[in-house]
Amino acid sequence: MAVLVLGPLGGAAGAFAFPKGGRRLAGVAAVTAVLALLVLAREVVTNGVQLHRVGGWSAPLGIDLRGDGLAVLMLAITALIAGAVTLYAPPYFLPQAGAESRDRERWFWPLFLFLWSALNALFLSRDIFNLYVTLELLGFAAVTLVALAGKREALTATMRYLLVSLPASLFYLMGVALVYGQCATVDLSLLAAKAERGPVLWVALALMTGGLVAKAALFPLHFWLPPAHASAPAPVSALLSALVVKGPYYILLRLWFEAFPALMTPAVAQGLGALGAVAIVWGSIHALMQARLKLLVAYSTVAQLGYLFLLFPLAAVREGGWLAWNGGLLFLAAHACAKTALFLTAGNILQAAGHDRIKGLDGMTQVLPVSAFAFGLAGLSLAGLPPSSGFAGKWLLLSASLAQGQWWWAAVILGGSLLAAAYVMRVLSHAFTQVALATKPRPLPAVQEWTALVLAALAVGLGLAAQGPLALLRLGAPVVLGGAGP
Amino acid sequence: MVETGFTVYLLAGAGVFIIGFHALLAQAHLLRRIMALNVMGSGVFMVFIALSARTAGEAPDPVPHAMVLTGIVVSVCATGLALALADRLQSVTGATELEGGPAPGPNAGSGGEESHP
Repeated sequence: MAVLVLGPLGGAAGAFAFPKGGRRLAGVAAVTAVLALLVLAREVVTNGVQLHRVGGWSAPLGIDLRGDGLAVLMLAITALIAGAVTLYAPPYFLPQAGAESRDRERWFWPLFLFLWSALNALFLSRDIFNLYVTLELLGFAAVTLVALAGKREALTATMRYLLVSLPASLFYLMGVALVYGQCATVDLSLLAAKAERGPVLWVALALMTGGLVAKAALFPLHFWLPPAHASAPAPVSALLSALVVKGPYYILLRLWFEAFPALMTPAVAQGLGALGAVAIVWGSIHALMQARLKLLVAYSTVAQLGYLFLLFPLAAVREGGWLAWNGGLLFLAAHACAKTALFLTAGNILQAAGHDRIKGLDGMTQVLPVSAFAFGLAGLSLAGLPPSSGFAGKWLLLSASLAQGQWWWAAVILGGSLLAAAYVMRVLSHAFTQVALATKPRPLPAVQEWTALVLAALAVGLGLAAQGPLALLRLGAPVVLGGAGP
Repeated sequence: MVETGFTVYLLAGAGVFIIGFHALLAQAHLLRRIMALNVMGSGVFMVFIALSARTAGEAPDPVPHAMVLTGIVVSVCATGLALALADRLQSVTGATELEGGPAPGPNAGSGGEESHP
């Protein structure tokens, strides 16, 4: 399990020290991390939840790493997206050969591997203070990656991102202090036994949730996301939208469903769900209004993150809660694949055409048929059309909401799908327009197009093969979820 | 919650945190905002240290001390990163503040990372 963290971390240190070997080191680190994940997944499937005591010290003194079903699922999504980026990035950085591009690639590899290591550590962590440290590591890597673009807008977006990310972490840390003061432990499992409703814990959880919501870019604290995600280089945008915002979301799940289910009142659940619902509508409408493709995709992330927060009101109810838990996490996987495909495609278009204005996308299918197809498939999943995984995830959430009589969430889910279909169609209608092309666009390496297509195909195919990954979720699932028993 | 000293220290920590957060929102100059973040961090650390004295009369609890040490390391890194970024921003744009409000309009914050000629 430690290899999952140390592999990419070692790669990052190596890539930093030997910039010329960045690519090769990233390849080695990626293979190591994937192999370590396969070993861990096999252990978890055959022997149940795995616990690793770092340095042989047990919980109150040392640091525990724990691999359960949810952690393995998140690690697998991370490995998938990061693996795709490892393949996509080398040709992406090539075309702009020159000192500037080489400089960018030099810093890209260490930061990317650092980010991967931080994500793996976050998903395996078992105490809320360790989660704070990994959250900060993740934030540093993400912020610096946005700055790689180096342009004026990118730097402004980076600074704004940093000025949200840092105070958000401090709010979270203040919450950790109060929790420790009240319960005298920071371990997730021990907290569940000690937590009782009281003013101190309410304040602590409000602070922690506030900080995490800002980092996960939930409405109304989403304002930093579109400029940051849209101005970063394409592989970075993909990592940020698919993985980085899921880190704080994952901590929220662990906090509310594992450590403090005692404090999960209907008001809290409905409140988080309501913010999610507003995010869906707000993000989708803004996505419809964008003139540039990357900003459209970034606003779509704001909307899609809203769906993830519908999990709180739906999974907090015992009946049907397990359905919603599965649906929400399947949707998370679907969004990670689809959004990576979209950002990589947007990067391809930007490199081939030299711009990403949606109005100028006419004839894209003639020039980049593979990329256009990838965009269409990923869009299918975003809009939630069957048989995509986006559909399967939404279907589970819908079933849960109807079974529980919470029909208003069903209305939001359906409305959001229509809006998503509208903004996807807006791009596709331009892309499929046949035109006589005046200028010949530059050709792209096949790898860049095919990684996007494979991910988009996965986003659709996962809907047909969701049983396996979802069965994994039962291992070590939070006890509060109805139907979670063996 | 036995001693007044403990309560005073705890409340002071919370106060410092709030003052720092206020400054972060109210100030425009990037250097001041970075300093405000450091003030917020100090507030959190004060709360941690106060908590380690919670058990009156006995030896102080060492766990919050370890956390504060880790927190200080993280905060030094954060400050370094923020300062480097502010410095780069100033050398590229000449500005020491972020232009506009925190929320850019729907079409602002343009998306292209690179525009080929």
